[in-house]
Amino acid sequence: MSGRRRLPLAWIATLPFFAYTIAFLFLPAESVIVGAFKSNVHAGGWTFSNVTELFHSPYRHAYIVSIEVSATTALIGGVLGFLVAYAMIREHTPRIFRGVITTFSGVAANFGGIPLAFAWIATIGPLGIVTVFFRNHVHYDVTQHLQLFTKTGVEFVYLYFQIPLAILVIAPAIDGLKREWREASSNLGASSWQFWRYVGIPVLMPSMLGMFILLFGNAFAAYATAYALTTGVVPLIPILIGAYYQGNVLDNPHLAQAMAFGMFAVLAVMMVLYIPLQRRAARWAK
Amino acid sequence: MTLRRPRMSVSAIVWLLLAALYFLVPLVATLLFSFRSIQTNACCSLAAYHFVLHNGDFWHTLRVSGVLALEVIVISLVLFVPTIYWVHLKLPRLRPLIAFLALIPFVVPPIVMVVGILKVYRGSPSWFYDQPNGILAATYVILAFPYMFFSLDAGFRSIDVHTLTEASQSLGASWPVTLVRVILPNIRAAALAGSFLALAIVMGEFTIANLAQFHTFPIFLQYVNETEPYGAAALTLISFGITWAAMLSLLFIGRRRGGQLQLAGAR
Amino acid sequence: MGFLELQDLHRNFGPVRALNGINIALGEGEFLSLLGPSGCGKTTALRLVAGFDRPDGGRIVVDGKDITNVSPNKRDMGMVFQAYSLFPNMTAQQNVEFGLRIRGRDKSQRRGRVDELLELVGLGHAGGRYPHQLSGGMQQRVALARALAIEPRVLLLDEPLSALDAKVRVQLREEIRRIQLELGITTLYVTHDQEEALAISDHVAVMYGGVIEQMGAPAEMYTAPKTPFVAEFIGTMNRLEATIVDGASGEVDHAGTMLRVDAARGRSKGERVLVLIRPELLELNAAGNGATANGNTLSGEVLTQTFLGPVTRLKVTGGLIADMSTARAAALPVGANVVAHVPAEGVQLLTLTEDIPLVNPDEH
Repeated sequence: MSGRRRLPLAWIATLPFFAYTIAFLFLPAESVIVGAFKSNVHAGGWTFSNVTELFHSPYRHAYIVSIEVSATTALIGGVLGFLVAYAMIREHTPRIFRGVITTFSGVAANFGGIPLAFAWIATIGPLGIVTVFFRNHVHYDVTQHLQLFTKTGVEFVYLYFQIPLAILVIAPAIDGLKREWREASSNLGASSWQFWRYVGIPVLMPSMLGMFILLFGNAFAAYATAYALTTGVVPLIPILIGAYYQGNVLDNPHLAQAMAFGMFAVLAVMMVLYIPLQRRAARWAK
Repeated sequence: MTLRRPRMSVSAIVWLLLAALYFLVPLVATLLFSFRSIQTNACCSLAAYHFVLHNGDFWHTLRVSGVLALEVIVISLVLFVPTIYWVHLKLPRLRPLIAFLALIPFVVPPIVMVVGILKVYRGSPSWFYDQPNGILAATYVILAFPYMFFSLDAGFRSIDVHTLTEASQSLGASWPVTLVRVILPNIRAAALAGSFLALAIVMGEFTIANLAQFHTFPIFLQYVNETEPYGAAALTLISFGITWAAMLSLLFIGRRRGGQLQLAGAR
Repeated sequence: MGFLELQDLHRNFGPVRALNGINIALGEGEFLSLLGPSGCGKTTALRLVAGFDRPDGGRIVVDGKDITNVSPNKRDMGMVFQAYSLFPNMTAQQNVEFGLRIRGRDKSQRRGRVDELLELVGLGHAGGRYPHQLSGGMQQRVALARALAIEPRVLLLDEPLSALDAKVRVQLREEIRRIQLELGITTLYVTHDQEEALAISDHVAVMYGGVIEQMGAPAEMYTAPKTPFVAEFIGTMNRLEATIVDGASGEVDHAGTMLRVDAARGRSKGERVLVLIRPELLELNAAGNGATANGNTLSGEVLTQTFLGPVTRLKVTGGLIADMSTARAAALPVGANVVAHVPAEGVQLLTLTEDIPLVNPDEH
């Protein structure tokens, strides 16, 4: 056991890591946060005007839409991800499914942007393979009910990386459900549904809530996919920020930074909710 | 819960089937698109693949991104493996803090990060600021950090770090030797899993590369998408395929060595 | 006609015959232990009774009814698992009342029963704690209370004490037996610890390789093992290979020495047998003491002495093991020449055939 004098030495070994994180995570983040409060008009001055601007259109609307899209895809993606993860982990499902699905999820969770948008346009876009197939053979117009270049379309496409991320995150938690709990509950007379209601879901709830929050943040931050699909039709905050840096709209850099700060604030709230949940989940996973 | 002979449950089959449909149909559609020829706008031609594979830019950007991925993986492992090892061994109370830090890249939008990075390092030397292998790699390491951390952390938790280290030291090994010859082989599967997730990130990351104006593989993808639709289809599939094949090979490497695949978790 | 019957149960896992024809008839209120090393099939058998697995052949009958195809949540049995079976999101009280809640009993009914049971297992004060706040022994007590709450017809225990400290194990096994006797509940108990099985059971069934080698009362299993495996598995046993010389007088030839053993009477000359003597029945005396009255003796030298507390175990040349009080053992130090007296009665004889594997005594 290291004595009191040796403890400082142990911390030193982690310096490279912290130095790196500070250099490439905190400093950039901080510069954005600070920049949000700098004034465009008075060089070097401070102001809240950038941030208050966020509460007006079009920014307010963009925030609302962003939050809606994120919440929807987090909820649906989380539930569906859980169902698929559970299906692949269950006792009688062949082991190979799990390996294939997990590796596929690893790729799909990062499959976004242009390729993803393109793949869906090729599927259910106006001239997509599935659209044409249904139109010719079943006389049913898919685009009546699902248009890609709308908010719903964006949500539908977002699920392509939300569900895999959900699977990757929730699978270890499902592993933590001990077989003995299932058997004990059955032995005591409970049906499958009763097991989930009284034991399964309650035990998984902290992990699932953490997963929802993670999914929310993931969707909230997504840029490339929305950009490729909608090019501005659906108002999302990342799009607005990107528009500035593409040289289009604004000439107040601090406003762009304020938008980024706004995103940061929303996500920080999510993080604050996440920590105690994670701790609870860890306690039961013992 | 009645137990008949081992057979998959109906609900499991239903969900796996629906998932397969949702995830595979777009890929199949892209495949069909990629077989179309420009002349006839219909099947079947390998012209798209021909175009892609004989395009100099394809190989160039693929190489750039490939090297970038390798660099990111190496930096990540060199930075994170010793740190996480050390935390597990000597500073377990630090672990929740690092886990918290690992979540931040998830929720800091890349778009915000690129804004900050470009601003903070504007004055840095050209070999860093103007090269993808400098500033872009550095940023990607942060992006890969959550995946790396969760993989490696799971790997370290599944081995008895204290016992292995003490046994190694009692036999006379120094710290570096212990780390490289005793610990590393035992977390190989976890390190590989994290590495391949890092690979997937580098091969798919568009936002930062675009706004920082570097020519990586995903940027090339976008360019082709705007100019050659069928080529874009072929390209999409090639990039997806490469990454998935790499990860599947990891699965079999991990299996053959008889170790647990950390991606899949314990069972 | 037993209360709980296992009739010719078979279970295969691929090419492995985990259970190869198990037959058990357990009377109501009786306590049977399935005893054996890892892989012998005891847990497989228990899980078949519980319903978590289906047999490939045979039937399970409870109180005259065939329950082989009944799902586990309808079998009305209480099961205590080896570990980790308490629901982590519920307190001890909530765990215990779970079965009653499922059955739709109302709150007041449940409360009374739960308090009663927690008192029974000695945890009346700890009802509000969560599993992670309880020690291993306490968790298993809660698990027991939970299984008993539903007043099951049969109680099943799968190595419930294996994960606990030695002292807790001894304490808890006696409590399990006390409670079982008090409630008169038919019990099937699985363990690999033979001392545990002998201490608390009405009957013991020793299993090996998917079959029951021998089943009987603990004392019977100890003094009269019917197979070499049982002889070795339960307690320690001296095994002397011998050949029958005279079936009328019961004389056998062990490595050149003649011994008279009652159990050898009636056997045919030339038959190869195994003479089984418990260490405490082997009387050791210093050589040349003149105490060799009967002549039924083997000579040797003391190789090692192992102090076991009140008893000391001596290893003697010729593969002999003798237990004696520590006081007496002091007179026979290592290297001393001794004479071991083989008692004529109370000694088992087993026929040696080619296909009975001689279990290596050092294996366990």
